[in-house]
Amino acid sequence: MEKLHLDYPAGAPAAQAVLVGVVASGDLEVLIAPAAAGSCHIVIHSAADGSAARWRAQLDRLFGDGQAAAMQMEINDFGATPGVVSLRLAQALEELSA
Amino acid sequence: MSHQQDITRLLQGRSFIELSARERAHSLLDAGSGRELAGPFERLYSPWLSAQGIVAQADDGVVICKGLLDGQPAVIAAIEGGFQGGSLGEVGGAKLASALELAAADNRQGIPTRAVILFETGGVRLQEANLGLAAIAEIHAAIVDLARYQPVIGIIAGTVGCFGGMSIAAGLCSYLIVTREARLGLNGPQVIEQEAGVAEYDSRNRPFIWSLTGGEQRQACGLADALLDDDSVLIRQQLLDFIARGLPEQPRHRRSQHMLQRLLAMDSTSQADAASARQLFQSGAKL
Amino acid sequence: MSQPSISQRGRDWFHALCGSAPLQQGLPPSLLVADGELAGQPARYIAVVADPHNPFERARHGEVGLLEGWALAAAIDAAVQADQQQTDKRAIVAIIDAPSQAYGRREEAYGIHQALAAAAAAYAGARLAGHPVIGLIVGKAMSGAFLAHGYQANRLLALNDAGVMVHAMGKQAAARITLRSVDELETLAASIPPMAYDIASYASLGLLWRLLETEQPDQPTPADVQQVRTALAEALHDIQADPQRDLYQRLHGEHRQATRRIRALLQGQWSEIGG
Repeated sequence: MEKLHLDYPAGAPAAQAVLVGVVASGDLEVLIAPAAAGSCHIVIHSAADGSAARWRAQLDRLFGDGQAAAMQMEINDFGATPGVVSLRLAQALEELSA
Repeated sequence: MSHQQDITRLLQGRSFIELSARERAHSLLDAGSGRELAGPFERLYSPWLSAQGIVAQADDGVVICKGLLDGQPAVIAAIEGGFQGGSLGEVGGAKLASALELAAADNRQGIPTRAVILFETGGVRLQEANLGLAAIAEIHAAIVDLARYQPVIGIIAGTVGCFGGMSIAAGLCSYLIVTREARLGLNGPQVIEQEAGVAEYDSRNRPFIWSLTGGEQRQACGLADALLDDDSVLIRQQLLDFIARGLPEQPRHRRSQHMLQRLLAMDSTSQADAASARQLFQSGAKL
Repeated sequence: MSQPSISQRGRDWFHALCGSAPLQQGLPPSLLVADGELAGQPARYIAVVADPHNPFERARHGEVGLLEGWALAAAIDAAVQADQQQTDKRAIVAIIDAPSQAYGRREEAYGIHQALAAAAAAYAGARLAGHPVIGLIVGKAMSGAFLAHGYQANRLLALNDAGVMVHAMGKQAAARITLRSVDELETLAASIPPMAYDIASYASLGLLWRLLETEQPDQPTPADVQQVRTALAEALHDIQADPQRDLYQRLHGEHRQATRRIRALLQGQWSEIGG
């Protein structure tokens, strides 16, 4: 089990709080809370170890351009596959912009 | 219930079972009236899970939603069966007990807050054992207290069902709504098989398990009050009907003399089955 | 499957505390009920004991099963009914030594969950009606058995002894269900108080009103009995002096900080939202 922190530059604060998913086996929950403009801070609790590189790769794709909303994101992951992780992240960001 | 009806319902998107605990709570309350209390953004994680290498959920698997039912104040406590089998730990248990207690306190001040519990739970979270058990005792106390003022309605929809100490909580409710997919039993099938052997209880024999503890059987025995299809609209309607009915004249748990007589009169040497259970409950006065 | 040895503690302590008070008739042999006294006031003592001839074969070692659940409810409801017009309600003392709920096909088929609910409702109802309810744990107080018989008490007392245990599930079963070995479970329990099986760890959770030292918990000496009787009397007076008849007393333990935080938060948010 590990805890990871990732930071990215970001834009204006997220418009609302969002929660998607459930910490069921093979799934994860994603919480988004608005934060002060300019940065995005992500905390990941993962049941698996040694997944830091994989998380960074996935989140770089979404937040690496620094254009995402400023937020505090929390991910509680119970062994989801990269596919399920992508799905939940996409769901969360879609709900954010809804 | 036909295959065609299943498809229709799925296409209409009215399945209750498919919904998360949070979605279920909001689907039952009057549209837009739900406000979550002590929610996931408070980050009240279990203090006990990470030390055991278990990833915690931000709401600890219990959603407390205050709102309106038919315009009257209500609180819904929904257990998320997807997280740790819906088992209750310290935090989730405290949320549930406290919500019920606050509803009772409201009633003592003339506010007719009623409560609904969505049971999707295996009972005590063993990783928090005695704090889970203590919380469940407090939930029992709170249901008995509140049920003096307002009907406390339980809903068991599946797929996890309602087991352990929370099956006792279900037995304390004024009314119970179940689906065919639901199960209601004290001990999980695996534990019974471990304790009593596979000949007594085969935990992998699904038709057998549902024949004894499934929603249809329980309702036929009078251990549940309404058997409904997996349909949010119908479930909400039944919920409102039970609330309108008010406190039951004689709650199930007050039939001790009757049940003792019936149990002592039956042939306990033959093994139980669905038919003998129905016979136990259906003969004589209604339970 | 193991053949559990049958504990006599519940039976022995029941007789020690009830003295010559006659047993209530008309109940299954697994229930001992007698109207004795406590601190000079009427008290109904209740114990669930092993009945090797229990018609339900999965409930022959002291488990709380179908008959026990409904009979507990009957015995308590009768006391509440009898005292309905009294201002001073008799105390109800649950003497607790039960290894578990009963596990079996008949039990599930015939609604054991409902039988235990009846018992829990009866105890809670008695407490709300003003009866002082005291739980005395002299042996095992396990999961459903404890929820049905004792956990609704105003005050919980326990003997401080290795044979006294409160838990949600026996070690073997708990290990299997959580996919760990018993050793792993015990290691975890050593650093996670709510998981532990010993009564000292349970006491650290703040759920007990008092932990009692006795010389011979298995075969109580007269001094042991006197000591417990005194403690029960003090519990009785403590309850009678308390205007609150809920379980709030259990919220102060060092290991229930999260519980207190949540309750305070919920209370605050509840008022904000309004009725």
